[in-house]
Amino acid sequence: MKFIDIVKTAIANSFRSKVRTGLTVIAIFIGAFTLTITSGIGTGVTSYIDTQVTAIGAADVLTISKAADSTSSATEGPAAYDPSKATTVSLGNGSRPGTTIQALTAKDITAIGKTAGILRVDPSVRVTPDYIEYDGNGKFELIVNAAATLTTADLAAGAQLDNSSTTDEVLLPTTYLKNLGFADAKAAIGKTVSIGITDYTGVQQEAKATVIGVQNETILGVGAGLNQHLTDGLQAIQVTGAPAGASDSYATATALFDASSTAAEITAIKDDLATQGYASQTVADTIGSFQTVINVIIGVLNAFAVIALIAAGFGIINTLLMSVQERTREIGLMKAMGMNGGRVYTLFSTEAVFIGFLGSALGALAAVGVGSVVSNILADGVFSALPGLQVVQFAPSSIAIIIGVVMLIAFLAGTLPARSAARQNPIDALRYE
Amino acid sequence: MSVPVLSAQNIGKSYGSGANRFDALKGVSLDIAAGESIAIVGKSGSGKSTLMHLLALLDDPDSGTLLVEGTDAKKLKGKEVNRLRNQDFGFVFQQFFLTANASVLDNVVLPLKIAGVPPRERKARGMAALEQLELADKAKNKAINLSGGQKQRAVIARALVNNPKVIFADEPTGNLDTATGAVVEDILFALNKDNGITLIIVTHDIELAARCDRQIFIRDGLEDTTESGIPRKRHAGAHAGAHA
Repeated sequence: MKFIDIVKTAIANSFRSKVRTGLTVIAIFIGAFTLTITSGIGTGVTSYIDTQVTAIGAADVLTISKAADSTSSATEGPAAYDPSKATTVSLGNGSRPGTTIQALTAKDITAIGKTAGILRVDPSVRVTPDYIEYDGNGKFELIVNAAATLTTADLAAGAQLDNSSTTDEVLLPTTYLKNLGFADAKAAIGKTVSIGITDYTGVQQEAKATVIGVQNETILGVGAGLNQHLTDGLQAIQVTGAPAGASDSYATATALFDASSTAAEITAIKDDLATQGYASQTVADTIGSFQTVINVIIGVLNAFAVIALIAAGFGIINTLLMSVQERTREIGLMKAMGMNGGRVYTLFSTEAVFIGFLGSALGALAAVGVGSVVSNILADGVFSALPGLQVVQFAPSSIAIIIGVVMLIAFLAGTLPARSAARQNPIDALRYE
Repeated sequence: MSVPVLSAQNIGKSYGSGANRFDALKGVSLDIAAGESIAIVGKSGSGKSTLMHLLALLDDPDSGTLLVEGTDAKKLKGKEVNRLRNQDFGFVFQQFFLTANASVLDNVVLPLKIAGVPPRERKARGMAALEQLELADKAKNKAINLSGGQKQRAVIARALVNNPKVIFADEPTGNLDTATGAVVEDILFALNKDNGITLIIVTHDIELAARCDRQIFIRDGLEDTTESGIPRKRHAGAHAGAHA
């Protein structure tokens, strides 16, 4: 029997008992539907996180802080005072926000800069402007995203911040536009805004900056971005009147390493820093834990879908066993007419695979349809505060994998009945009443 | 003398084991020459069907030797046995064994499909076989909608479609009324005479057996030599007179 004839016969056979095949297909459908939806959610959420990650920071940046003193543990009490160490208030980088942590001093910055693999190191300067104003439309609070200079923003209009530029640039979130009096994102580009900031002596001063770009809202980096030149300018105003050395301590520093570094090289840099007493994190480290949680949730959902599919697999076994029982004579006849056991086996396993294909293809198709509709409704409703989030997204490759896996499960489920069919003795099969 | 198509030498077959052991066939020998028609006659449970199954290579004998055109059947490879069953043997069964919901043509071309014949040729040969049995107009009907005689003709068409050397017929008229049975008999014997197909008929019908060249009587798993030849005479007397 030619393979094409086997496939045709198997398909025709599976339609012979429509109700039974239909019920088995429904069981597989449910499993495949669930699996496709969960994988779709996985794809959607992951791709959303990925776009958010680019908003958090570039891949070639390390955030460095002083490692917590091992002596100040809960059992041993605080370490002896060391006048050479400075402290600062944590911003939440690796320790509880608000607690005092060891601060980085100018000496530390130099040491970090000398570490092999580090191209450049900048202490993270915190500027706290009071307000932002455009064209006399009123003053509004300005929240500064300190990491903005390290990020690739998801732009609504304009350009990215340029740190090497000698003009003062500001990157505004879309939410600022209306209050400041801009009609839309495009209208804001190139306009000059005023930023108010209080100096060390308590006198409020004003700086001018150009709106270089408008950034779509993200869940992670809220606030306006300032380029290095503007940050330096504002910092200069901020420390006006301060005694020398007062600003010489930083909670964190950001170090740049070669973007083409391998994971092993990055680990080496981090280890090197650790032996010197600095804790360092890449963006991937920061995001890693978040993604792990999402992956675990999706993994659990997938596990349920796989359980449904295994149950469906037993449905296939049952369907085919009944089929073999019903068609005992036919199998006997085919064997009496010279069909070998292998072909009989192939015939029945093909039928199983076809049932699996039917269920999984329909399930995946329905999941794509339902998922897309639900995702669009959610994006306009519940998730409207999270622009760009399509909860359910489908990757053709993962759908192909799901269909493939279901067909494999179907094949495995079909082996048992197919083997019993192949082993039939033609005479016993023909005698069977 | 040419090599017999099939030659059984003291073949035996038993089913079950221990106390439940049942010897269906206790040692039967026979030679079947090409082109002859032979009846295997016996009551039900006599072992005649078992003998046919062994001759048709559908089952393996427990004892004795079976030669197919001089070759020991035991030495034939699985592939070769399947080729023999598919191309050299045709089967006609009392219960027809047609696939009820498939078309008559699909049923008839099943051996060709198994042999891997391409669809176009399958259809042509299937239609030729149906034409030969005057069933061409029923080709597209479902097998379940045929009458008993039409079903048996479809089965014969299926047996013929691969131009076999031997046709095995197990009670070919068992499920048919006398008139229809006679038509089917005529078809089978015509194939034997005109096409030279060796015909092996298993039956308990003495009259059908009498139309064959030779009869083998089986009783309790053994050949009953005392009866051999008697129906032949009866045939020559009663039937010759009746038909004359």
